[in-house]
Amino acid sequence: MSGEMLEVRGLEKRFDGVRALAGFSCSLRPGEILGLIGPNGAGKTTLFNVVSGFIAANSGKVFFKDKDITGASPYRITNRGISRTFQNLRLIRQISVLDNVLLSFQDQPGEKLRNVFFNWRKSRERENANREEAIGLLEETGLAHKAGDPAEELSYGQQKLLSLVCCLAAKSEVLLLDEPVAGIAPEMTERILATIRGLPSRGRSVILIEHNLDAVMQVCDRVIFMDAGAKVSEGTPEEVRNDPRVIEAYID
Amino acid sequence: MEYLLHILILIGIYVILSVSLNLIAGYTGLLSIAHAAFFGVGAYVAALMALKLHSPFLINILCAIILSGLVGALVGIPSLRIRDDYFVIATFAFQVITFSVLNNWISFTGGPMGLPGIPQPTIFGLRISSHGGFLVLVGVFCALTLCVTQRIVRSPFGRVLKAIREDEVFAQSAGKNIAAYKVLVFMLGAGMAAVAGVVYAYYISFIDPTSFTVMESIFIVSIVIIGGAGSLWGPVVGAIVLVTLPELLRFVGLPSAVAANVRQILYGGLLVAFMMWRPRGFLGEYAFQREEAGK
Repeated sequence: MSGEMLEVRGLEKRFDGVRALAGFSCSLRPGEILGLIGPNGAGKTTLFNVVSGFIAANSGKVFFKDKDITGASPYRITNRGISRTFQNLRLIRQISVLDNVLLSFQDQPGEKLRNVFFNWRKSRERENANREEAIGLLEETGLAHKAGDPAEELSYGQQKLLSLVCCLAAKSEVLLLDEPVAGIAPEMTERILATIRGLPSRGRSVILIEHNLDAVMQVCDRVIFMDAGAKVSEGTPEEVRNDPRVIEAYID
Repeated sequence: MEYLLHILILIGIYVILSVSLNLIAGYTGLLSIAHAAFFGVGAYVAALMALKLHSPFLINILCAIILSGLVGALVGIPSLRIRDDYFVIATFAFQVITFSVLNNWISFTGGPMGLPGIPQPTIFGLRISSHGGFLVLVGVFCALTLCVTQRIVRSPFGRVLKAIREDEVFAQSAGKNIAAYKVLVFMLGAGMAAVAGVVYAYYISFIDPTSFTVMESIFIVSIVIIGGAGSLWGPVVGAIVLVTLPELLRFVGLPSAVAANVRQILYGGLLVAFMMWRPRGFLGEYAFQREEAGK
């Protein structure tokens, strides 16, 4: 059809009469970083929840590389190549930073019960390869010295960075990042933004929810302004920033 | 001497039970109080097969494991829809139902009269009749249970189990089919508990439903919590402490009428004390305290 990475058509989601998504449509091109901005309650996170399979939409469709993935379970969607981070950070705090990353790899044969007892050589080989790759990712993002620590001992910013690394380990083609730099110190924000900016060159496409407009302007190729579950404005960061409706919403 | 061996055999049986429950409750975070039911299913399957079909020990234990595993899947499936406290209640219900079936299906299970006269087991031509023989048998199964469990929890499979325990949403978003893992882990735990049941039935040579009550399930849960949930050796320590402690009370010289009650108080007191001051037990890495919920 269109060659889009991700396409969302006419998504509709109501919570007890509140229309969180009101016929929302958008698409994500390969190698693009799409910013999603809008006031609280605009339906941005709901959109992520629907796309990643955690919530079922009342109507509408989600296509990933032209295949209909509407209503698939979350783990299947991740298996197919869409990863997400969470606004209220989700990591396995008690296991090590490295284990969190290792957990995020797909197709580790050792995660099948029969391979725990048989075929374990294969899963150990994969584990070693994954470990090397995980350490590489942690080095790139400056977390390598923390690899052995429990994830809960990382600072808030480092945890957000780690959840981004987990998405990279999953090798997903589409990353849905929910406020990756909210509430983080400036230098860490820089590090996270630099990582995000490098994603297209790794062959990843990104949808980014963020309230920090400067960050959005810095990294996004295209921005959608959303309000009350619908698209209000769409264009380059410059265009959206100068849209009177956006200015009005942000001044309020 | 026989008394000492008896205690050791009991410890062995409870090690198998608590290590297998630990896989479900300690590693995967699914607190279940149905473990005595799987224990009972194992014991009754083996006893009935031995008494009615006269089939050999190894066949019986295999059938008990498979059957109990299937029953385990039945209990695991509700865990996909209901969580935490509600799940505990669901397992409780299953436990009560199992007891009622054992107690009331008189033509098949003997009801409250139980099943007496379970023959001594013969393995590879060796008849096991002495306490020493049973201790070796229990020891072998304990070692097997620990090996299998260690293999599981240190594998990538085990890492997913811990992820499910800590944050189901994260586990799903990391691409793990948590439903399959939960059902599998219940099958595994139930299968292992059946091993304990089989050994128990052959050892005591008489079983009745009172060995497989809710109280028994709670006792196994206590072993896991006091020993330490989510650690391989925690339940071993817990089983040793909780089985020997009441036996020690015998030597304090309490009249036997009082001793039984003191034992109950002791368990309750210990459990409360551990929950308050040491929720992770002796060796545990996981405390049954959940803070997060929702989406």
